[in-house]
Amino acid sequence: MNIKKDLPEIYESFSEARKNGFITAKNLKDKGIALIGTFCTYMPQEIAMASGAVVVSLCSTSDETIGDAEKDLPRNLCPLIKSSYGFGKTDKCPYFYFSDLIVGETTCDGKKKMYEYLGEFKSVHVMQLPNSQSGDKSFGLWKSEIVKLKETIEEKFGIKVSEERIKEAIKIKNKERQALKRFYSLGKLEPPALTGHDIFKVINGSGFKFNKENSIKELSELTETVRRGYEEGKRLESKPRILITGCPIGGAAEKVIKAIEDNGAYVVAFENCNVSKANELLVDEDKNVFDALAEKYLAIGCSCMSPNPNRLDLLGKMIEEYKVDGVVDVVLQACHTYAVETLSVKKFTSSKFDIPYMALEIDYSKSDIGQLNTRMAAFIEML
Amino acid sequence: MKFYSIGIDSGSTTTKGILYNGDIVKKLIRKTSVKPRESILNIYEELSEGLKEKPYMVVTGYGRELADFADKKVTEITCHGKGAKYLNSNVKTVIDIGGQDSKVIKLDRDGNIVDFLMNDKCAAGTGRFLEVIVNILDTDVKSIDTMIKGIEPYSISSMCTVFAESEVISLIAEEVPREEILSGILSSIAKRTANFVSKIDVESTVFFTGGLSGSQELKIRLEKFLGVRIETSSLSQYAGAIGAAVIGYNKFKKCK
Repeated sequence: MNIKKDLPEIYESFSEARKNGFITAKNLKDKGIALIGTFCTYMPQEIAMASGAVVVSLCSTSDETIGDAEKDLPRNLCPLIKSSYGFGKTDKCPYFYFSDLIVGETTCDGKKKMYEYLGEFKSVHVMQLPNSQSGDKSFGLWKSEIVKLKETIEEKFGIKVSEERIKEAIKIKNKERQALKRFYSLGKLEPPALTGHDIFKVINGSGFKFNKENSIKELSELTETVRRGYEEGKRLESKPRILITGCPIGGAAEKVIKAIEDNGAYVVAFENCNVSKANELLVDEDKNVFDALAEKYLAIGCSCMSPNPNRLDLLGKMIEEYKVDGVVDVVLQACHTYAVETLSVKKFTSSKFDIPYMALEIDYSKSDIGQLNTRMAAFIEML
Repeated sequence: MKFYSIGIDSGSTTTKGILYNGDIVKKLIRKTSVKPRESILNIYEELSEGLKEKPYMVVTGYGRELADFADKKVTEITCHGKGAKYLNSNVKTVIDIGGQDSKVIKLDRDGNIVDFLMNDKCAAGTGRFLEVIVNILDTDVKSIDTMIKGIEPYSISSMCTVFAESEVISLIAEEVPREEILSGILSSIAKRTANFVSKIDVESTVFFTGGLSGSQELKIRLEKFLGVRIETSSLSQYAGAIGAAVIGYNKFKKCK
């Protein structure tokens, strides 16, 4: 990475990684390397990596394909599910197009039923998630699903995935998680070193840099550059500090970050799948690989788990560490589990931390941007 | 000499203005034109007429982003909270029903906003909803209270503005008296508002603001559905503008 580049330019280069990745993906295909598409943080990427395949997040965050999806799916469904399906159906997402296998999980009713239709025109493997994180049965189910994923990949590509290779993949993924965490932890600085939108662009974009070793190096260098600049006085002004929690917010849903940062505050922390949910916990490198993977992935604090104590644990830790002044909970339309959890999150933030909380229900359209701005401005005036 | 501030609430239906110097000096209300920016400017001109020094101007409401000439722009949530506090110092919960949205705001003892909810995705239960219905019934919003006093509400089942409109048309065709229909419509607005407001922990004193707060009949129905006493004021419709003017006055005083 050219460190002479201005920081904003580097942040931008991360957000462009997704676009540039299309060509990289094609080149990988030409070289005969398999591509495995995913939607969700639950997918144990190490298994795919150990098979020599490249893992890529599939397009699911734009309203561009929702119209096409609604020909087959109900309108009153989560925009992420509709968008995902729409991209698959229309082949508008190059990553979809190039994927040899798509791995989904039964994180919600809408998704698991959507995968049935997606499977009609794409090769789809669905992992069965337990509904609860506690108990041997849940653990056993998830572990066996990870083994099954390995077997599915072996069969599909006619290869053997050794535990040794999985172990190596675990080490690389752990390194990547640590590098990502060091970067987004820059949000702890007060006054901030960079905007929440820049943090988000880098973290989200890094998922589309397929060479993990390079990506880890770039991230570490970038973190260093920002830190050095900060020490030299490159700081933003002090403003109210917001934590975003809830549903994934890439693409169209980034309008929430914009509404917050356009109206007088900074997003300093993200307790969601895009950022911390995926990266806070590492995989134990000393255990049996399947036990270690099952343990890490099952511990994700997703609202699809009942009960879901890990979400509140992480949220509480982040509110303290990032010195958060207010919490914004983003719920995608018709995401029942996150919508129901808004009450417990609100109770938690007000009783434990006495900080304001606001839940927002959004979809991927632009029609609510005016209202979003008013809500966020009023929320920030409250702080 | 006295400092003056002007608070303007640029709503979707009406634009309200307040001239303030520690007390309310003048108030104005006009229909919001197709050019809300001009409506804001006209009210400002009229209110500041004859003053030697330019008053500090705070604009709030739906059209506030257009007011690039304002000294400060504040959201209607904060302004309604502040305005309600000015009109009733004991207020803890503010219910505002405006032209195109409704909101509920919770205040702490000092009048700071601690929580709010907005219903801005749908016209049902708002001033616009009522306007649509009174148009079909060939009357106007001002006459509602006298028309429906003591009239048993006819049950209206549709919450959605469009469906309620067609329901009312079919009731007219069945020769249901329009007083009963109107009474039913007001009950339906009150019920809808009460459901929405109940999502927040309603604490007394509850204060009712916004364009529909002038209706005594709506207030009575809201009290019934919420099970609490509701206060209002003849200046309730100006709450947003009053809040804006108070914010401006305090800011102006601090700068001096």
